[in-house]
Amino acid sequence: MAKMPTPDELLAATPAFPARNWMDTKPDFRAGTFCYPAKPETMAGMGFANAHAWAPDEEDWHLPENWEQILYDGLKKRLEKHRSLKIFLDVCVRCGACADKCHFFLGTNDPKNMPVLRAELLRSVYRQDFTLAGRLLGKYAGGRKLDKAVVKEWFSYFYQCSECRRCSLYCPYGIDTAEITVIVREMLLELGLGTNWIMDPVSNCNRTGNHLGIQPHAMKEIVEFLCDDIETITGIRIDPPFNEKGHEILFITPSGDYFADPGIYTFMGYLMLFHELGLDYTLSTYASEGGNFGSFVSFDIAKKLNAKMYAEAERLGSKWILGGECGHMWRVVNQYMATYNGPTPPKMEQPVSPVTGTVFTNAAATKMVHIAEFTADLIHHNKLNLKPERNNHIIATWHDSCNPARAMGLLEEPRAVLRAVCNNFVEMPVHTIREETFCCGSGSGLNTEEIMDLRMRGGLPRANALRYVHDKHGVNWMGCVCALDRAALPPLVNYWVPGVTVSGLHELVANALVMKGEIPRTMDMRQEDLPFPDEDPADAEASADTVEEDA
Amino acid sequence: MTIALGASLIILLIGWAGAALGLQYLLGVVLPLAAAVVFVVGFIWRVVYWAKSPVPFAIPTVGGQQKSLDWIKPSRLDAPWTNTAVIGRMALEILTFRSLFRNTNAERGTINGVPRITYYSSKWIWVFALLFHYSMLVILLRHARLFLEPVPLWVGVVEFVDGVMQIGAPRFYMTDALILLALLFLFARRLNSEKLRAISLPADWFALFLLIGIAGSGICMRYMDKVDIAQAKVFIMGLATLRPVSPEGLGHIFFVHLTFVSALLIYFPFSKLMHMGGVFLSPTRTMRINTRQERHINPWNPPKKYHTYAEYEDDFRDAMAEAGLPLEKQPEPKADA
Repeated sequence: MAKMPTPDELLAATPAFPARNWMDTKPDFRAGTFCYPAKPETMAGMGFANAHAWAPDEEDWHLPENWEQILYDGLKKRLEKHRSLKIFLDVCVRCGACADKCHFFLGTNDPKNMPVLRAELLRSVYRQDFTLAGRLLGKYAGGRKLDKAVVKEWFSYFYQCSECRRCSLYCPYGIDTAEITVIVREMLLELGLGTNWIMDPVSNCNRTGNHLGIQPHAMKEIVEFLCDDIETITGIRIDPPFNEKGHEILFITPSGDYFADPGIYTFMGYLMLFHELGLDYTLSTYASEGGNFGSFVSFDIAKKLNAKMYAEAERLGSKWILGGECGHMWRVVNQYMATYNGPTPPKMEQPVSPVTGTVFTNAAATKMVHIAEFTADLIHHNKLNLKPERNNHIIATWHDSCNPARAMGLLEEPRAVLRAVCNNFVEMPVHTIREETFCCGSGSGLNTEEIMDLRMRGGLPRANALRYVHDKHGVNWMGCVCALDRAALPPLVNYWVPGVTVSGLHELVANALVMKGEIPRTMDMRQEDLPFPDEDPADAEASADTVEEDA
Repeated sequence: MTIALGASLIILLIGWAGAALGLQYLLGVVLPLAAAVVFVVGFIWRVVYWAKSPVPFAIPTVGGQQKSLDWIKPSRLDAPWTNTAVIGRMALEILTFRSLFRNTNAERGTINGVPRITYYSSKWIWVFALLFHYSMLVILLRHARLFLEPVPLWVGVVEFVDGVMQIGAPRFYMTDALILLALLFLFARRLNSEKLRAISLPADWFALFLLIGIAGSGICMRYMDKVDIAQAKVFIMGLATLRPVSPEGLGHIFFVHLTFVSALLIYFPFSKLMHMGGVFLSPTRTMRINTRQERHINPWNPPKKYHTYAEYEDDFRDAMAEAGLPLEKQPEPKADA
């Protein structure tokens, strides 16, 4: 990885808005501007016909001979399959409302990162080949001939979109660039063009059950290590069930949660919560991935990876599925899962919280509940013994992850939990939170090291809003419900706003959760000293006695 | 922009020169009737073209709090979960341009020497877009006077309200000024912003010029180069009832106006102006936000193909057995020993 410039240097190096017509500029493939290509064997293993070796910074991408036909047929087929595509390509009036809504445009100042122009990269080709005006008038009707430079441009700019859908909120016609991005990425895959950071996890997930390629026995070991840590912190030993049949709930979370810092602390939080509730659940090594990198590039692959969740629930006889904190996982679960792989196995039932009796009617068809909904319901019914004072050294803000916000509307549930477990909570400025939230800059398979410059730029608007509350209110903690955020935000925050910690919601819950039979807490989930540790019961008794004597 | 301006001027010239050269029948009868046919057929054809493709996935853009736990107040109109609420969301979108109302302006600057981006609510585009569309609507409604006999009462009401300022004779209609003002704003906005200039295609300028041409020639006809309104009505009634009468004697400006309108009608179905139809069909707005509650059906849903648990266990059976994980099938006892 190239050495990163300092934040000031990076901002100073942001180019001015170019005066040249965008159709006349060619994409730039200097090192650091593109994701590494997928390995041919990975692509072939996933069944792609034109898997081949190529490099973005080389002139010749070794496209298959009939590449034009593949793209033409590919676009034609997708127009017939998706009304959204036809409408989004036809009705844009180029009002520009979306232009400064994209974090990548705000960070790079590259016109082709304005959602409208990103879509025009495809739209221009569509006009030329599929509309009467384009056929007759060519470029005068905004048409453009498909050539190899256009393919390169697609690869460059459709991998500078994180499918966060912020633009679609502001568009007067609801044009959703994520839809266009997925479709173009799908067409590029048919030419054998994919990225390693997406296709490797896809291939892993297919075979081992998770993106990281963690094999079943290794997963069990990792979780046992985490249970050791829980024991150190709380004095309580937890032995979570794996692949066991006959439990009410199957719990599925992104693999980043049990593999990578700081996700692991959130994962420990889930286990502690379930233990405290005596929840009847099991983990699965086969369905050991909540996330779905397939959803970034192809509807069919997304379906294929997602299918395991219901298959495993059926095999294990689970009644419903509880899902961990993840962003794009919930885009898939909330908006695609039932369509892809429903109806659910016959033995699954509408989710009911075994603790509060709350019926999750909003999950009646998918039978999958978000853990923030589950925990918010527990807290509302006063079922948890919480000591938010343990988090008193934290001044938290809340990052609405794009997909839970704009594909789900999960806004108040995590806030309700956060308020219950943390006494200090400050919102970032309006227009940067809730449905208007900004992406971390690394979503949709872009959280790879080789494009760090782009990621820091794409994350600038998020960091900028965080910086504001950090400076003004001393915010030192940012919570989120997304595993990609937990991977991508720490380097981003470290770069732009050092001094802010990033964590999942259930890490904070775990800090505050008083468990039956636990030892007085002196450490947080990261095994760092708590500035406000629990009183030792012996001391507490002594001081209580003193009070009584005084009275 | 020059291409679009050139094309619009040619249309202007055709209208004027055609009238001067005595092609009144061609411009006044043949062209408008043909344009009306192209418009109606083209519009329907485009909508049918869209409707032929299914909506495989439920992809609403959620603009507020979902309906989940009963103590959390959901956002009915920005995250609608019933059909009625979706109609509400669509009504807000179509009648009040809800999404455009959200518009913000991002500005780069510094706060205490630190580079910052700040976001301001920016409603100008919303104001002028609304102004244009509603002026257009009122003007169209007023034109009903020329197509209907007897003139319905509501036309008079619209005219009265539009002319309520009671300036001049013939009475000055507010929408005549407002539509020009709005179009000029939209034009100036496109011209002034480097972002807008970069994204603008000839088609974007052309649509503006056409509309300015229509509004301008219409205003000319009413307030300056006046056309005999009674004769115009007789003529237009003839067109509307498909019994054309002679356009002889109507001023040149009338033909300019009519040619512009015809050009717009012909252009409409093949252009971005089809957003008028498309906005009703956009899946991110028209769908209910109840996607976990009700299964959305994809008509081309491919068969399930995935790596099954049995295949997975085959791959890892020995390691799983060793780790003490439950198995469907026990590993074969080792042959050696």
